[in-house]
Amino acid sequence: MAQNLVALAGNEAVAYAFKQARPHVGSAFPITPQTEMMHKFAEFVANGEVDTEMILVESEHSAMSAAIGSAAAGARTFTATSSAGFALMWEMVYVAASLRLPINMALVNRALSGNINIHCDHSDSMGGRDSGWIQVFCENAQESYDTALMNFRISEHMDVRLPAMTNYDGFIISHTEDALYLLDDDTAYDFIGPYQAKYALLDVENPITVGPLDLTDYYFEHKWSQMEAQKRVFPVAREVMSEFGELTGRSYDFFEEYRLDDADLVMVVLGSSAGTTKDVIDEYRDKGVKVGLLKLRLFRPFPVAEIVKVLAGRKAIAVLDRSASFGGFGGPVFTEIRSALYRQEQTPIHNWIYGLGGRDYDLKQVAEVIEKLQQIAAGEELQEVNLLGIRL
Amino acid sequence: MAGPMVEIRWHARGGQGAKTAAMFLAEAVLDKGKFGQGFPEYGPERRGAPVRGYTRIADAPIRRHCSVEEPDIVIVLDSTLLESKSAGVTAGTSADTVFLINTSESPEAIGKRLDVDGAKVYTVDATQIALDSFGRSIPNMPMVGALLVVEELMTIDELKIALAKRFSQKFSQAIVDGNVTAVERAYKELRSA
Repeated sequence: MAQNLVALAGNEAVAYAFKQARPHVGSAFPITPQTEMMHKFAEFVANGEVDTEMILVESEHSAMSAAIGSAAAGARTFTATSSAGFALMWEMVYVAASLRLPINMALVNRALSGNINIHCDHSDSMGGRDSGWIQVFCENAQESYDTALMNFRISEHMDVRLPAMTNYDGFIISHTEDALYLLDDDTAYDFIGPYQAKYALLDVENPITVGPLDLTDYYFEHKWSQMEAQKRVFPVAREVMSEFGELTGRSYDFFEEYRLDDADLVMVVLGSSAGTTKDVIDEYRDKGVKVGLLKLRLFRPFPVAEIVKVLAGRKAIAVLDRSASFGGFGGPVFTEIRSALYRQEQTPIHNWIYGLGGRDYDLKQVAEVIEKLQQIAAGEELQEVNLLGIRL
Repeated sequence: MAGPMVEIRWHARGGQGAKTAAMFLAEAVLDKGKFGQGFPEYGPERRGAPVRGYTRIADAPIRRHCSVEEPDIVIVLDSTLLESKSAGVTAGTSADTVFLINTSESPEAIGKRLDVDGAKVYTVDATQIALDSFGRSIPNMPMVGALLVVEELMTIDELKIALAKRFSQKFSQAIVDGNVTAVERAYKELRSA
């Protein structure tokens, strides 16, 4: 089908996707580097291109509270934030998932304070890893746009009904002018479809209670229902991604395998770093080094079975984390991957924490990890948790 | 990376339009069937502070998302940055790097100041051209015009059309026309050693 090739910054691309979803309500509070996304969306509203009701609130806690009220009323609802804004939403982030409200949120990844830093890392999103939201990470503007569209379908699916985060790297994606293909408005909307909430506060013929006291009698069972809903994301996401692939020619999955078929050495990366990694992997492939990449897109729910299938039997694995777990054994992605591969034949799995506060992840850093992977595969005992690109 | 890629690094001071130029170019090459990536280095946003911008242009989608460390082309909007250590104008450059400097000085004089063996240096007085053309010392677009001499990304006429299209959304007709005049003049007045 015909698609329009344009140059947009990541924030503009995601704003476009949100416009095409025709949300009933959007709640917004500005924070760098998310601000331009909502700014662009507000422009669409002001120009009459979409009739979303914008609620301009006084804090991110209120932004998520307003989104919860709106979604509980039965409206297609979205919001966006970054870093400290996400941290301030905290209490309500859990409530959104617990109430099974399919709110869509752009989380433009930025380091948490202190000291104050406006640049990218994943510490904001990783803090929300256990909150019950769907979390998808994106490599570039195209993938951010596509994911924002697909996440409406996945989160609002009757089998799922969970809030979803579209994560994309602050500045590195949000503020970089990048070429991407856009669907036309009607095609995009037809793909997502209209939203009809199963239970809505505004449906006065069928009154419901939302958010009552839930103590020792039923709370646990309600947590079980969230766990089950997360499991049902897998078949729904696969179906949505496959349909999107047929529509656009752009295929997505829980993760992307790049030159992985015969790879002895594997790097596992989230977000914009994947592209930089691919360029260096090509250089090493030209030299005959069998190295590949697993770019993880879906982090929650974590596709453990598929990951084990792909990673088992490799000679050495490097997991890169753009966030730290202070005092923990490695970063959150490392912990997850290493735990997933327990009981598989012994593949050494090492961790590199990198790029905190937007420290550039450059070609040399990728090369450094591949060199280390070669040493590990050759039997050298190297430190398991490492820092990459730090000046000490 | 499938096919060749041109990597450009912009050095300027806040307010000179390096960000606009870096991102404008990334968009403008789309019409030539090429893929562009443009972004500034975001730091403290102060007028006058040294800033960098980056543009990559390639025949295939651009995957890497790091800053440009080994530029093919270095464009300097403010020649007072040449000796600045923190600006790092010559960092990661080689004998193959092309330098485009906004200055009233000659390429030979700038070559001595840069002190890079075999560097290919071009100069143009983009600030004067900007002042003459639209009355403001914003030399970013004239430097894009000058760039076309060393890297044929598009014709000067195609640049003028792209510029008018993009700038007319944001600026007065006088500023648009002035910039169109300025890119053409800079294109003609670029000097090499």
